[in-house]
Amino acid sequence: MSLTPTPVETQRLPDPMLPYPAVIEEIEPEASGIATFSLVFADPAQASAFRFQPGQFNMIYLPGFGEVAISISSDPNLPRVVCHTVRYAGSVTRALGGLKVGDMVGLRGPYGSAWPMEKALGKSLVIVTGGIGLAPLRPALFSILHRREDFGRVVLLYGARTPADLLYTGEFARWQAGGIELHTTVDLADENWRGQVGVVPALFYRIRVDPKQTMVMTCGPEIMMRFVIYEALARRIPKESIFLSMERNMKCAIGFCGHCQFGPRFICKDGPVLNFAAIEPFFGKEDF
Amino acid sequence: MAQDLPRVSANVVIPKPSLQKVFDNLRASGFTLIGPTVRDGAVVLDEISGLEDLPLGWTAEQAPGRYRLKQSHQQEYFGYGVAPQSWKRFLHLPQLKLFSLEKTDGKWVFKPAQETIPQRAFIGVRACEISAISIQDRVFLGGEFHDPHYTRQRERIFILAANCARAYSTCFCSSMQTGPKVTQGFDLALTELSNALVLEVGSEMGSEMLRDTAWEPATAFDLGRAAQSVHNAQRDIERQLRTDDLPKLLYDNLDHPRWDDVAARCLSCGNCTQVCPTCFCTTVQDTCNLKATAAERTRIWDSCFVGEFSHVFGGNIRPTIRARYRQWLTHKLASWIDQFGTSGCVGCGRCITWCPVGIDLTEEVKAMREKVQR
Repeated sequence: MSLTPTPVETQRLPDPMLPYPAVIEEIEPEASGIATFSLVFADPAQASAFRFQPGQFNMIYLPGFGEVAISISSDPNLPRVVCHTVRYAGSVTRALGGLKVGDMVGLRGPYGSAWPMEKALGKSLVIVTGGIGLAPLRPALFSILHRREDFGRVVLLYGARTPADLLYTGEFARWQAGGIELHTTVDLADENWRGQVGVVPALFYRIRVDPKQTMVMTCGPEIMMRFVIYEALARRIPKESIFLSMERNMKCAIGFCGHCQFGPRFICKDGPVLNFAAIEPFFGKEDF
Repeated sequence: MAQDLPRVSANVVIPKPSLQKVFDNLRASGFTLIGPTVRDGAVVLDEISGLEDLPLGWTAEQAPGRYRLKQSHQQEYFGYGVAPQSWKRFLHLPQLKLFSLEKTDGKWVFKPAQETIPQRAFIGVRACEISAISIQDRVFLGGEFHDPHYTRQRERIFILAANCARAYSTCFCSSMQTGPKVTQGFDLALTELSNALVLEVGSEMGSEMLRDTAWEPATAFDLGRAAQSVHNAQRDIERQLRTDDLPKLLYDNLDHPRWDDVAARCLSCGNCTQVCPTCFCTTVQDTCNLKATAAERTRIWDSCFVGEFSHVFGGNIRPTIRARYRQWLTHKLASWIDQFGTSGCVGCGRCITWCPVGIDLTEEVKAMREKVQR
């Protein structure tokens, strides 16, 4: 009898860390240092097979620079062209800012949890966003506009540092015409600003909510979300009806690198969209 | 006529020199032997060729922040305790090229990395280390995504386990219920007696490797001596970690003053995470040539003690050593259970031995318990 060990599987397994080539189809400047990149997978079959849920993210890779986790900001009903609104903040995103239409990047995804759109059917929605935090909620707005009659009242509370930092201003009229009530605010007004000045959570004082029928979805700086949750709870909206999208350092997006841990959760696979009731003991804990 | 082979789960006895025959059988079957050997004042795990490479007669003195090899009066091959490095580095590689790219005609072409994976036999794997491997199996193979690199390394190993005959001062496997007796996940498990080896057969493959070793069925006397040896190890374990109130104890005490106390001692060097057989965190490194026409992506071990580990635009989530130590300990003993259904600690004691300032996690937990906040 031979001593040869049992043969093992040697064929190449699919590598979830391997990005796929994607082409930049359009670059739309949104604000100073922020632009929306429309990407299409180079492989037509892959491009037409790609689907995502509102709130999910992709990993965008730049050869020699690295990879970043960026939320998808486009319409989930039009998944062939995948948009990412990027702020030029770190080395990878700054390098991305130097690319032009037709250039290639690496793309893999979608990853993570999604906004609970099905659960929200029939309910009123208060969507509260700050700065670029509107980007991961834009797909949710598209989804709502597609079937607006299936939701109750939909309010978008949105703030940025200055009027020039407000994103997607060209779409505001369409959103409002589609039945989304919009309230904006800025931290610092300029001479042309006629709207609210102040922090985002304060916009809660401009609306009335029926706590039993309302769901809150929020994304923005963590400090902003803390006060959004505070305002929501003060209006007796149950913890279970509050959803937030969190950000952490991420290297892999698939639960292997360990960087995005938030207590028991991996933001990459259990999040980024999390129910507040599930994370309450850890949320806002200093340096956690 | 050739000798029959023992059944799986049988216990056999071979004379100590016959272990060389087991090694020869493994090598004839295409396995590279990875085992303990003495180098640079420590027992390291590396390629070995035979019995002569094993740390015969060596033992190690281990204490918080202290590891010293010393000659033992026992002529044992496996009397060295746990080696500083764990088997992790052969399965979850410290450095792994993920892929490379080349720019041709203005377009980047991705090239998956070619891995050559030898068949390896791990010699002298302790019970705690087998548990550690099964914990990393859950991390890399137990979820929605499978790590193909880990899979490829993992599926080609043979495990020759070794029961511990004594405990070292930093061991606490009995608290974590991972040892000292090897109970699963092995092809062969040996217990070293003064003049012979008792071997438990854990797989068909393990049985195969006993060909021509002059094995004999273990007698009740042999088994008694083997059991006594493991019992001695169990009895000698001094260190304990109470686990019945974990993870709650840590979750309820995230603001305990003990975190400040340990932060004042911790150097945030990351030694504990590098020697830990279950810590799995990694980061990636991107490089390119000077013309920017070729690039490469490499995955390397990382540590939650590294300052930039939790860096995001706008700041660092865990800017203090207090925050980083708290992350490490609560992950290891608490959130790991939520994430993977098992503690992240196997009680091997490496993080205690190899902490340059001798921080002992069992003491930290104890101190917190003595003065709970809630």
